[in-house]
Amino acid sequence: MKKEAKIIELDEVVVKFAGDSGDGMQLTGSQFSDSSAFLGLDLSTFPDYPSEIRAPEGTIAGVSGFQVHIGHKEVQTPGDKADVLVAMNPAALKANLRWIKPNATIIIDIDNFDSKHYKKAGYIEDPLNDGSLEGFNIIKAPITNLTRSTVKEFGLDNITADKTKNQFVAGVLYWLFNRDIKIGESFLRGKFFKKPNLVKANIAALYAGYNYAETIEAIATRFEVLPAEKGKGLFRNITGNIATAWGLLAAAERSGRKLFLGSYPITPASEILQEIAKMKHLDAIAFQGEDEIASVCASIGASFTGRLGVTTTSGPGLALKGEGIGLAVITELPLVVVNVQRGGPSTGLPTKTEQADLLQALYGRHGESPCIVLAASTPANCFDFAYEAARLSIEHMTPVILLTDGYLANGSELWQIPKVSDLPAIYPPLVEDNDPYYHPYNRDPQRLARYWALPGQEGLRHRVGGLEKTDVTGEVSHDPINHEIMCLTRAEKVERVANRIPKQKVIGREKGDLLVVGWGGTYGALVSAVNELQDENRKVSLAQFNYINPLPENVDEILSNFKKIIVCELNLGQFAHHLRSKFPRYNYLQFNKIQGLPFLISELKAKFIEVLEE
Amino acid sequence: MSDQIKTTEFSNQDYKLDAPVKWCAGCGAHAVLSAVQKALPVTRIKKENVVFVSGIGCSSRFPYYINTYGFHGLHGRAFAIASGIKVSNPNLSVWVVTGDGDSMAIGGNHFIHILRRNINVNILLFNNKIYALTKGQYSPTTPKGSVTKSSPDGTIENPFLPGELAMGANGTFYARVVDNNPKMMKEVITHAANHKGTSLVEILQNCIIFNNQVHSEITGKDVREDNQIYLEHGKPMIFGKNRDKGLIQSGPKFKVVKIGENGITEKDILIHDAHNPDDTRAYMLSRMTLPEYPVAMGILRAWQSTVYEDILYKQIQEYKEKREVKCVDDLLTSGNVFKIG
Repeated sequence: MKKEAKIIELDEVVVKFAGDSGDGMQLTGSQFSDSSAFLGLDLSTFPDYPSEIRAPEGTIAGVSGFQVHIGHKEVQTPGDKADVLVAMNPAALKANLRWIKPNATIIIDIDNFDSKHYKKAGYIEDPLNDGSLEGFNIIKAPITNLTRSTVKEFGLDNITADKTKNQFVAGVLYWLFNRDIKIGESFLRGKFFKKPNLVKANIAALYAGYNYAETIEAIATRFEVLPAEKGKGLFRNITGNIATAWGLLAAAERSGRKLFLGSYPITPASEILQEIAKMKHLDAIAFQGEDEIASVCASIGASFTGRLGVTTTSGPGLALKGEGIGLAVITELPLVVVNVQRGGPSTGLPTKTEQADLLQALYGRHGESPCIVLAASTPANCFDFAYEAARLSIEHMTPVILLTDGYLANGSELWQIPKVSDLPAIYPPLVEDNDPYYHPYNRDPQRLARYWALPGQEGLRHRVGGLEKTDVTGEVSHDPINHEIMCLTRAEKVERVANRIPKQKVIGREKGDLLVVGWGGTYGALVSAVNELQDENRKVSLAQFNYINPLPENVDEILSNFKKIIVCELNLGQFAHHLRSKFPRYNYLQFNKIQGLPFLISELKAKFIEVLEE
Repeated sequence: MSDQIKTTEFSNQDYKLDAPVKWCAGCGAHAVLSAVQKALPVTRIKKENVVFVSGIGCSSRFPYYINTYGFHGLHGRAFAIASGIKVSNPNLSVWVVTGDGDSMAIGGNHFIHILRRNINVNILLFNNKIYALTKGQYSPTTPKGSVTKSSPDGTIENPFLPGELAMGANGTFYARVVDNNPKMMKEVITHAANHKGTSLVEILQNCIIFNNQVHSEITGKDVREDNQIYLEHGKPMIFGKNRDKGLIQSGPKFKVVKIGENGITEKDILIHDAHNPDDTRAYMLSRMTLPEYPVAMGILRAWQSTVYEDILYKQIQEYKEKREVKCVDDLLTSGNVFKIG
């Protein structure tokens, strides 16, 4: 029996999928995101998964989640709280209850809501009857049983059959969001194209979910979010890690320097290594080293031969690479180091996000070894800053550390695809064979970058290495004055990069009551909070930094134009420390969070209002 | 790969640098440098294509004393740097110069992994059984019980034999030479250069300051013919001043026998098979120590196996032939792309 449900048009909706690690919620989430992108909606996603591969079934520790925020207007974050929660078991419900809105719709798999599962989740009483769900719109769907009976005819084993539950859920959502189910069908055909039986079973489960939602009385309302008013063009949904990998590939192609990635698997950076490993047709080599040190050293070796040497890691790995980065500083070779930050110190919170490696990136090496430090601020602009890191490293012949984080790496957003030819050109400082004026430490007078002569070139045989070298000629030197000259030159070379980067932008008015300062991956939450306050006529502006070292040239001027400055970051105040050391005459308020979680727009707004009204 | 070879002949003068060599007078490293400078012209590799990479230690100053491209790296990390160089540009002839501390201690991990991968890099391991540049602490190859600056009561650690480690790591080429035999060094180093895959040449080197005469039992003029056995592929394993001693198999072990005694003739002596894929005998040879056995010299193992970068570049070629994505623009617009407006 079909029913007529009313359709409510919404500007934005946040959906959270949560279940056991094995329930396939990441897949359902990304499928929902892709179909949203296909329909032209703006979106932002964030997966939230445990560090164990399969933590005990039914427990809070084993809950894996995926949040997606879709919107008709511009979407900047995955959303503070969800409008719709899919909870495949009581643990998923319990873990997410505080992350949903008061009137949210909750779809539960009623088949898993028995006393055994309550206990595993740590409930004493049945949460469906203890009053804790008052105010929510609960849809109790027998997802497990209906899916099993639907796919029975395909003769799958029990485990495989249960894996199609996520498609039942997807079907419910297609109906709930008034979407063409054919989009879901074609996704499954693509996903399982090598396994026709799985295509059939998953499509059957998808339709079963759709039909179920259409039939039952409990779902009386459907939602619709209209396409976003983005510019015209080609778009795709992209995560920060993939965008990073592609930005590096683009820089390699544009500079004519083939990519060499030396990397050791580490959460949450491994995906970049895996992506580059699939790109042999673009002349990219992925070398999985025996450890972090081998990975950075192999990349330096690769740069010595004229490749774009890159190494990717997370915080603990950056610590291990420190000596190698010092070698790239003194040999003055290109090296891009991507640090996908996670919660630390030590193993810390490996699957959670944090911004606590900033000081390590700036100072975490022996000797005077300055590095260019950049930070990406959205999943999609990981592409731009990976490209920029490579450009600066190649043109200035010095290592660049690019900071992203777990939130950017795994989160995704809609991205307008650029053309490689529209990206800034990259000019490697190469040398002609037999150049009579070549010396290893001769420099470009403007940038102070030395020239890049490659093994195999005739008439340019030379030696580089970790021992201090004589300026210009490059012989080993222990001369005290020479060492000072070289240290100053390497520092000056990095400082001069400030001439070649854009000025810092301010979002909002140039002058005001409060300047919110952020850097890197907190952009979405900060800009949302600041925009909302601007809409309330508050004199608040945002400066979100992507260039950390050197800082852009106009920072002092920006800081001088506001009555108050608050630096917001997911650490205990590292960027505030950096600004204090560079511009000590200002008073910097701080808002810090170190919970492995991104900022909430609501907590930022509350803090800014408090500061404004003080 | 043909680019590597040039027909013009070079001499050892082409590899000499107009810079002072700062090793101690009487150090065994001088002889190795000279042997390398003589071996390189024999390989006929274009001199612009030669790269010497090193770690830290006395031996690791080597790249500063030879006129090729050079990279003086980090302590223990030369193998990783060299791997990056060779994999990036297989046309280069890449050499690692390392010591027993550099390769067996701080670089032990990288040492076993370059061998396991079988990247076509040539390793010259200067084994003087001591940390010399830091002035005399024991190394992983220092004999147990040795009194050094950091072991005033004698070391209590079991030493490594580099050959043993090399076999354990699936090394495909292992040779041992002594620093006071230039002819042997030149010959073996030339073979090492021509080997496809990682070649390891262990050089028993004397440190005149901190570990003088450490190898004298093996290298001394009066004892060397009886205490060394120079192995050549396809030839019987005979040694001794009078060339009357040899090795036979006796149960699971080798046994030293005298030709002419107990009915032993030259025909009974084992033939050295360096090319055998099975490394059991090479392993046994690498472990022979005085006084029961002579110390094995020459090429103990030279097995032609698959080479890392050969397979890699074959895969790259295959990808290029098969994939529709030819450039980054193709990549960015592949898969799930949505046209808006």
